[in-house]
Amino acid sequence: MSLLRADGLVKHFAVRGRTVHAVDGVSFDLAPGETLGVVGESGCGKSTLAKLLMRLEKPTAGRVYVDGADVFAMPARQLRRLRRDVQMVLQDPYTSLNPRMTVGAIVGEPFDIHRDVAPRGDRRRLVRELLDLVGLRPEDADRYPHQFSGGQRQRIGIARALALRPKVVICDEPVSALDMSIQAQVVNLLADLQRGYGLAYVFIAHDLTLVRRLAHRVAVMYLGKVVETGTVTEVYERPTHPYTRALLSAVPVPDPALRGRLTPIRLTGEVPSPTDPPSGCRFRTRCWKAQDLCATEEPVLGLGRAACHFPELLR
Amino acid sequence: MSLLDVTDLRVAFGPTTVLSGVSLHLDPGETLAVLGESGSGKTVTAQAVMGILDPPAVVVGGCVRYRGQDLLTLPERERRRIRGREIAMVFQDALSALNPVFTVGYQIGETLRIRDGLSRREALHRAVELMDQVRIPAARQRVHEYPHQFSGGMRQRVSIAMALALDPAVLIADEPTTALDVTVQAQILDLLGELRRERTMALMLITHDLGVVAQVADRIAVMYAGRVVEQADVHQLFRAPAHPYTAALLRGAAISGTPPSLRDLPSGCAFHPRCRYAAAVCRTVAPSTVDLGGRSAACHFAREVLVEPAAR
Repeated sequence: MSLLRADGLVKHFAVRGRTVHAVDGVSFDLAPGETLGVVGESGCGKSTLAKLLMRLEKPTAGRVYVDGADVFAMPARQLRRLRRDVQMVLQDPYTSLNPRMTVGAIVGEPFDIHRDVAPRGDRRRLVRELLDLVGLRPEDADRYPHQFSGGQRQRIGIARALALRPKVVICDEPVSALDMSIQAQVVNLLADLQRGYGLAYVFIAHDLTLVRRLAHRVAVMYLGKVVETGTVTEVYERPTHPYTRALLSAVPVPDPALRGRLTPIRLTGEVPSPTDPPSGCRFRTRCWKAQDLCATEEPVLGLGRAACHFPELLR
Repeated sequence: MSLLDVTDLRVAFGPTTVLSGVSLHLDPGETLAVLGESGSGKTVTAQAVMGILDPPAVVVGGCVRYRGQDLLTLPERERRRIRGREIAMVFQDALSALNPVFTVGYQIGETLRIRDGLSRREALHRAVELMDQVRIPAARQRVHEYPHQFSGGMRQRVSIAMALALDPAVLIADEPTTALDVTVQAQILDLLGELRRERTMALMLITHDLGVVAQVADRIAVMYAGRVVEQADVHQLFRAPAHPYTAALLRGAAISGTPPSLRDLPSGCAFHPRCRYAAAVCRTVAPSTVDLGGRSAACHFAREVLVEPAAR
């Protein structure tokens, strides 16, 4: 059974009388110990998806199941229990930590609500263990967030997310605010924690290179929809949706010897507004393969990997 | 002689030294990438070259020569003549670089009216031409629109058009694509490359992205803690880095520790607490820049790092 399942998730927001189609029918399964990478450009709905998975937003339609239980249909008591299993690491290590709380209080705060996880006398020891786990020193518990660098703060955020021993952690752009030498440290930490504790991740990021390093499977989002999904190898080495191909092709390759040898696919224009998504296939306005059919009939993510009428054929 | 020669540039914020002797040069028509993490001094270097340092930052030493003339000794009036006409700049955040209450056409044309004495009508006409040159579709109509009516990528094109208005010989672009999505970033990088070729303009591209560097740069200056720690041709540098910091970045390896605070720099080489080559000398003596034949590195062990296969 899947640990986390999204089934036809839809989230529309009403903004000044118009409807923003933030997430428009997203489904996936996540197995224990697995990482699902979610990639896409700004406005594709990846952060809204994270909030839906956390039950921080109510979906317009669709369901989220954790261990088979419907997250949006459960009573408060059961929901509280669920919170232990699903935790989140946020993007901004500066605004996601309360500046007036010590690190120990931040990391130990989940125990205030879930008292049975940590008996009062045990808290200090548990917090110190958590700090050690994420590569901080136990004595850091008495310091304040401003005394730490961005990378260290993100470690504090990870320690807090792990306090209740979750089964799945939703990471929304967990390293994009960090410097490049620090990003690798945090990504390695997340990978180590997964190996050590069998954690599952939904790893949301716009950085395709990072997702490749950490994910087992990938979902590529465009304007609220998953346009392609598959294993990391499938999506990165044999992409079939034109958008996936263009997205991968736009990532600068860190090897000057390849300059001019690759023929990049350049998309024209930018992502259309999610208030008024194109009819049929949402990518058709930027797609070089688009035909009449694409404007009238919406391609679905069926048995194939790509939601496209004219996907690349796999040899 | 280079077009732009920065020598031993030092900048301080009060008691804190933020640039401790930056040297780099830019030749006509070339693209120099200035690569570094936040706090390494890349933006301050650009601001010092432009003469737009924010107080309390002040230049406390060194020189910035443009076509042989030291800009730092020029009176402000002269400096202003060079700014925009000889050296222009594009900023990371195009939305805050543009004034929300004027049309983009007015803003692109403003420089031309003030500096070249163009009439309103002439300036507007020229603004349309510039918008065409930066590939903004329907420029004739859009010239009358306001910044908020443009997407992120189009806004960055508008600010590039503004920078190009006086046909500068040097364009400094400070993280011009960092705020953009990857497909739009690719468009803007292509555009900058095309404009540089068409105008034989030199480009100083400030970035933290190794991929961007590999794609567009001719040469690279790598900055760390207020110094240029390595300077080389892009192919040389990616084949065989000479500084341990560059080597670690290229490997994509996690570098232990964090970038140092400029208020409290480590003794000797500022990178030594994070360096796997660090020896006793690194803790006490700041390395000078070693000439390695057409390239240089500020490391006591640059020659060893250069030939060590594991560094690659």
